[in-house]
Amino acid sequence: MAMHNSKDMIKQGGIWVFILAELVFFSIAGHYWSVSNQAFMDPGNMLLLLKQSAPIGIIALGMTIIMINGNIDLSVGAIFALSAVVLLDSLSWPFMVALGDWALPLAWGFALLTGVTLGAINGLIVWKTGIDAFIVTLASMLGFRGLVFMYNGEQPTSNLNWTLVDFAEAQVLGLHTASWFLIGTVVVLWFVTTRTNHGRNAYAIGNNREAAVNAGIRVGPHFMWNFMLIGFLAALSAVVFYSESGSVNPNDGMLYELWAITAVVLGGTKLAGGYGSIIGTLGGVIAIQLLRKGLGHIGADTQTVNLVIGLILIAVLFLDRQLTRKGKEELKI
Amino acid sequence: MTVLTRQNLGSFLAKQGILIAFVLFMIGFAMVNQRFIAMDNISGVIRSSAILGVIAIGVTFVVIGGNLDLSVGSMMSFSTIVVLDLHDKIGPGLAIPAMFALTLLLGAFIGFLVGYLKLNSLIVTLGMLSAIHGLTLTWSGGKNMDIADKSGTWFSFFGQDRIMGIPVPILIFALLAAVLAMVLSRTSFGRKVYAVGGNGQAATFSGIPRARIVFMTYLISAFCVAVAGLLQASRSLGSQNTVGQGLELQVLAAVILGGASLLGGSGTVFKTVIGVLILGFIQNGLLLAGLDFYVQYMVTWAIIILAVWLDIAAKRGHLWSPIA
Repeated sequence: MAMHNSKDMIKQGGIWVFILAELVFFSIAGHYWSVSNQAFMDPGNMLLLLKQSAPIGIIALGMTIIMINGNIDLSVGAIFALSAVVLLDSLSWPFMVALGDWALPLAWGFALLTGVTLGAINGLIVWKTGIDAFIVTLASMLGFRGLVFMYNGEQPTSNLNWTLVDFAEAQVLGLHTASWFLIGTVVVLWFVTTRTNHGRNAYAIGNNREAAVNAGIRVGPHFMWNFMLIGFLAALSAVVFYSESGSVNPNDGMLYELWAITAVVLGGTKLAGGYGSIIGTLGGVIAIQLLRKGLGHIGADTQTVNLVIGLILIAVLFLDRQLTRKGKEELKI
Repeated sequence: MTVLTRQNLGSFLAKQGILIAFVLFMIGFAMVNQRFIAMDNISGVIRSSAILGVIAIGVTFVVIGGNLDLSVGSMMSFSTIVVLDLHDKIGPGLAIPAMFALTLLLGAFIGFLVGYLKLNSLIVTLGMLSAIHGLTLTWSGGKNMDIADKSGTWFSFFGQDRIMGIPVPILIFALLAAVLAMVLSRTSFGRKVYAVGGNGQAATFSGIPRARIVFMTYLISAFCVAVAGLLQASRSLGSQNTVGQGLELQVLAAVILGGASLLGGSGTVFKTVIGVLILGFIQNGLLLAGLDFYVQYMVTWAIIILAVWLDIAAKRGHLWSPIA
């Protein structure tokens, strides 16, 4: 959306100012307290950061459209895990083994198809029954997790394929494969949200569903497409990550939904729908990862990260409310 | 006598559907395996549902008030760890009130943010989920917490003893449910909770102190979490830092299954208890029927969707959503 006034500027730019502050703080603090001799702003370190942001980041980008649409998806962690299981397990199917390396794109295809299908199930239920997306995806979070366990019990599913590992660890122009997928997702989704009818309609529906219906927008299919999109992205995140690690536990991906939502909200997207941006979410993802890395860099315990991220999330919410309220004559009690 | 029309039948099913489903499940499971209705099995299921149930009762207040609480799982980990740690340092007699005070403090903080500052409850409690987890880890240093002398403490009373043959957790669960059900249905505070959740603005205009009511619902939720932490700690006398992880969503599932609307303004303590018991008995019944544990996840999925769908279908008079 276009930046209409200075308040929007502050809101959209806020996350990047925060990232800058983090960089400055950790560089200076790291100079005195760091346990390593490496500078925090070391290029290698920053590139690694982008790679580590990718798994949650790709999901969070999809969550942005879902939330602009006025919905939420709590089942992404389970979709992530099931897609990973399908990816690794399908490589050991007899006809796939016979295909040799040609099986790899097929395995990716199966995993992505799994994600799209699960997303379509969510979308179809939200559309046809009219149940709130929060409840639908809360329930399918359990149901999809059940499918993961059904596949292989409590055993991890493992299949380390060296061609896949080489692909995942490859670096083009200094960036890892995962980073490229993250950047690619940003570009595509930025284009979809700002330059297409589908994106404009997503904002319209989230802003005022009644008005959108009256304007002739078909709300249901839009929901459906967006849930398929986030299913696809959760699966994409899984295939990128598990191509490298080669082993998935049935509990993997738990709480990913909450991390993704945290990143999206930090990036300025409204839970109520109708407002938000892909670039902001990218900022939110990077800010969280910087915080993790930075606190580790100055020797803080891992537990501090949880505390700090939680409090920052609340602080952002508070600041955002203060900025928003000035304009509106809101009821004060 | 009301005539049994289709509409009447529909609204009856929608109102009492959850009870009917509960009875049908019980009969079905009992036919599959006789052990299901054995007294010791039933008491075992209720006992193991007690922790989830106690928390769900508190969250019912929050949900009726029109908010959400995603922090209860990590808050329960906190209270469990704290009471176990303090047990060996200041003795159980002081550890329990200290733990209650600290947990209530967390609840008050959330209540202040959501009630008085009017911040979005989903995000506040999401942030608190993470922040409280950090607090717990800081408190314990990341280590598991254990009581040194496990056989020589009366602390195990709450989770392990029986009074007149009834396990104490069940008694606490029942007592808390009864008291809070009275509070919700018989006091003016309870009516105000419904009013605030049903239509916050109208409640404000009619002079109900919305902020204070919301604040109170979070205090009640934190109190219930503290009770659950006590039960958990007393039952196992040792704990990991992540003992309550994921509980928040199970609790919500039980509350929704009990028919509370996430928009606020509806739900009862009794129905939430039924929701909790349904989850517990389904888990138990499926296991006794020889099915793997993950089947319950998928059954729960189907039940939640069907229950909520029936509920809203009855309200709007159409099975399918009017969304184009």
